[in-house]
Amino acid sequence: MNENERGGPSRRALIGWGGAGLALGAAAAGGGVALSHDGPSPASAGSGGAVEFHGPHQAGIATPVQDRLHFAAFDVKTEDRAEFVQLLKDWTAAARLMTAGKPVGEGAYGGLAEAPPDDTGEALGLSPSRLTLTVGFGPSLFERFGLADRRPPALADLPKFPGDNLDKSRTGGDLCVQACADDPQVAVHAIRNLARVGFGKVAVRWSQLGFGKTSSTTPDAQTPRNLMGFKDGTRNIAGTETARLDKHVWVSASDGDAKSAWMTGGSYLVARRIRMNIETWDRASLQEQEDVFGRDKGEGAPVGKAKEHDAPFLKAMKPDAHVRLAHPDSNDGITILRRGYSFTDGTDGLGRLDAGLFFLAYQRDVREGFIPLQRRLSAHDALNEYIQHVGSAVFAVPPGVRDSHDWWGRALFSKEA
Amino acid sequence: MRAARPIAIAATAAAALTALSACTAKSDAKGGDAIQVTAADTRCDTSAKSVPAGQVTLKIENKGSRATEVEIVFPDDRIVSEKENIGPGTKYTLTAEVKAGSYEIACRPGMKGHGVRQKLDVTGSGRSTKRNPALDAAVAGYREYAQDQADETVPLAETFAKAVQAGDLDAAKKAYAPSRLGWERTEPVAESFGDIDPKVDTREDGLEDGQKWTGWHRLEKSLWQDKKIGAGDKKLAAELVTDLKDWQRRVGKAEITPTSMANGAKELLDEVATGKVTGEEDRYAHTDLVDFKGNVEGAQKAYELLKPVAAKNDSALTGELDKQFAALDKLLDKYRPAKDSYDFVSYDKVGKDQRKELSDAVNALAEPLSKLAAAVVK
Repeated sequence: MNENERGGPSRRALIGWGGAGLALGAAAAGGGVALSHDGPSPASAGSGGAVEFHGPHQAGIATPVQDRLHFAAFDVKTEDRAEFVQLLKDWTAAARLMTAGKPVGEGAYGGLAEAPPDDTGEALGLSPSRLTLTVGFGPSLFERFGLADRRPPALADLPKFPGDNLDKSRTGGDLCVQACADDPQVAVHAIRNLARVGFGKVAVRWSQLGFGKTSSTTPDAQTPRNLMGFKDGTRNIAGTETARLDKHVWVSASDGDAKSAWMTGGSYLVARRIRMNIETWDRASLQEQEDVFGRDKGEGAPVGKAKEHDAPFLKAMKPDAHVRLAHPDSNDGITILRRGYSFTDGTDGLGRLDAGLFFLAYQRDVREGFIPLQRRLSAHDALNEYIQHVGSAVFAVPPGVRDSHDWWGRALFSKEA
Repeated sequence: MRAARPIAIAATAAAALTALSACTAKSDAKGGDAIQVTAADTRCDTSAKSVPAGQVTLKIENKGSRATEVEIVFPDDRIVSEKENIGPGTKYTLTAEVKAGSYEIACRPGMKGHGVRQKLDVTGSGRSTKRNPALDAAVAGYREYAQDQADETVPLAETFAKAVQAGDLDAAKKAYAPSRLGWERTEPVAESFGDIDPKVDTREDGLEDGQKWTGWHRLEKSLWQDKKIGAGDKKLAAELVTDLKDWQRRVGKAEITPTSMANGAKELLDEVATGKVTGEEDRYAHTDLVDFKGNVEGAQKAYELLKPVAAKNDSALTGELDKQFAALDKLLDKYRPAKDSYDFVSYDKVGKDQRKELSDAVNALAEPLSKLAAAVVK
């Protein structure tokens, strides 16, 4: 059969042209063209457009999930509060430019020949690619700059969960930047340039690249698969479900006292680097794989159901099935907004794929979101045989930058309260 | 060969340059006429202060009691042409192609120090652009420093070589790192000659096909890895000294500009970031922190000399650089027993977290340092 006779470019045909990496990128771009709109439109922008940077909430949470991720955690290196505040302002200015598809500072060329250019240049000529930059503050930040009493109780330290094997060099951080874009080069460019602006004030502690989105905030789109080959996060909160977002994701003015009022409109982010034991998973029988998840592998339908989005009958699943344990109905309605990505950082020293899920979840209160959920999963989930949590961090993600005069963290660093 | 000269001379040189540029030439030489240079222990008399561009001839007579050296130098002290070792009572004729511009004739009695100088105005079309005396002083000061480092290194390299030639493993190991310090401080100058660096400072992984491995790192491998000194090593030690003497002779002629000084400072930090922080430089000896310190000191010297100009153009930058140099110095001090000691902790004892901390401090300094060149030429 001639592959070209099909409705769209098939993956096999594309791989035939130029290798898997290229083919996936081309497929993604192809999908974007169909969706693309002229001009920025945060709710429905296609793969080329710009996502509005300003707003009551930071972009990159309810925004339709982009294809690529570069996530970086930073340590603060300065003890000077004013210098740190200036950095947040400089970062805001740079982010405002980059999310609009513009280079930082005075650009990547045309300046003084003796000076290194402000912008590193690798995103020149690329579209904004729906870049979003989302900043968060880690618990350790509040041990600095006299911020101790501004740490919200909802920014709880994560307890040690059973099975955790956390690598210190992939854990924690005083602050973080989540860069999501449909073009990986745009996301990497953003983190690289923010890190450069930050030298001397902050230093990258660890960073993670992610490639295949594993959750969707657009329910109509096909639910992406994780590296285990399963659809997961089927019932994720959609970017358009304002009531669910208000209930489960955005911090409300009534959530805390005056000391943590600066978080109103913000959210709390949990990041976990979850390594998958890829090789042993691949040796598990289809039956076991489907039992572990509680779904069928092809359609993604819950056990005993026909379609992915059919309401699951949890009791039909094994007691330790992942979907059963993670489902809101098993957890007093606990719901978090998942925004994770697959990662593959080559192979480890034993020739095993160093791959897994870089789990990102937003919630209104970590104590009522990730912590109880993970207590349950870490204790009982059948999936635990095939995964290990190796990195972990939690961040308070402040509200959005309102306008061109506002900056990330202004409410936290302002004098009042 | 020049002995070490005190750094304080840099300031004198700047003052002398300013004073000299104010006086006017009384006697001019015609094209083809030689300039008579009468050198003595405290004098350097010249028969002309102005000469047309082209071939310039100096008829030198040493009337002093010591051997002397006579040079035509640029305002930034780079040597246009020179004659070393003119004995007492002897004469020498020096000719050189000289373009239009302001120069000095320097007599160095005893072949050391700043010497006694006379202004030489070379007239003609194609005059070089207006010079900035503050930047000339900075370059002259840096050249002085680079020369000092070379002058101090040669005897230290000889000590190292002697230990190798005596087959004394322990003494050779002890003399290894100190023999590198002056080189590491001024590496960009040394590297500008092109041919010396590959001979003395190539690492095993930097060898090109067919290139013979010579220099410090080859000997480092013998001393620490093979733990024995062979006949070949003894020869290499002698070659190292020869090559370093070549470097010492050529520093005076190195092309140094304010921009190359600033970029050199940045390059020294690049060296630290890519070679020392990773422990690749001295992978057998683990004396990386000594080289690290040398690189930082050399960068700081260049910066301090350029700072008066840079501060006028961008005081925020110099403020940041002062802060970051101090922070890195303080961090490095943790790895040595006393502030004047170069007995740094062996780098294989420096843990992953500590290396990260050093790397962060290097980035914090190197980023603003990359903007120094622009602040100097603005």
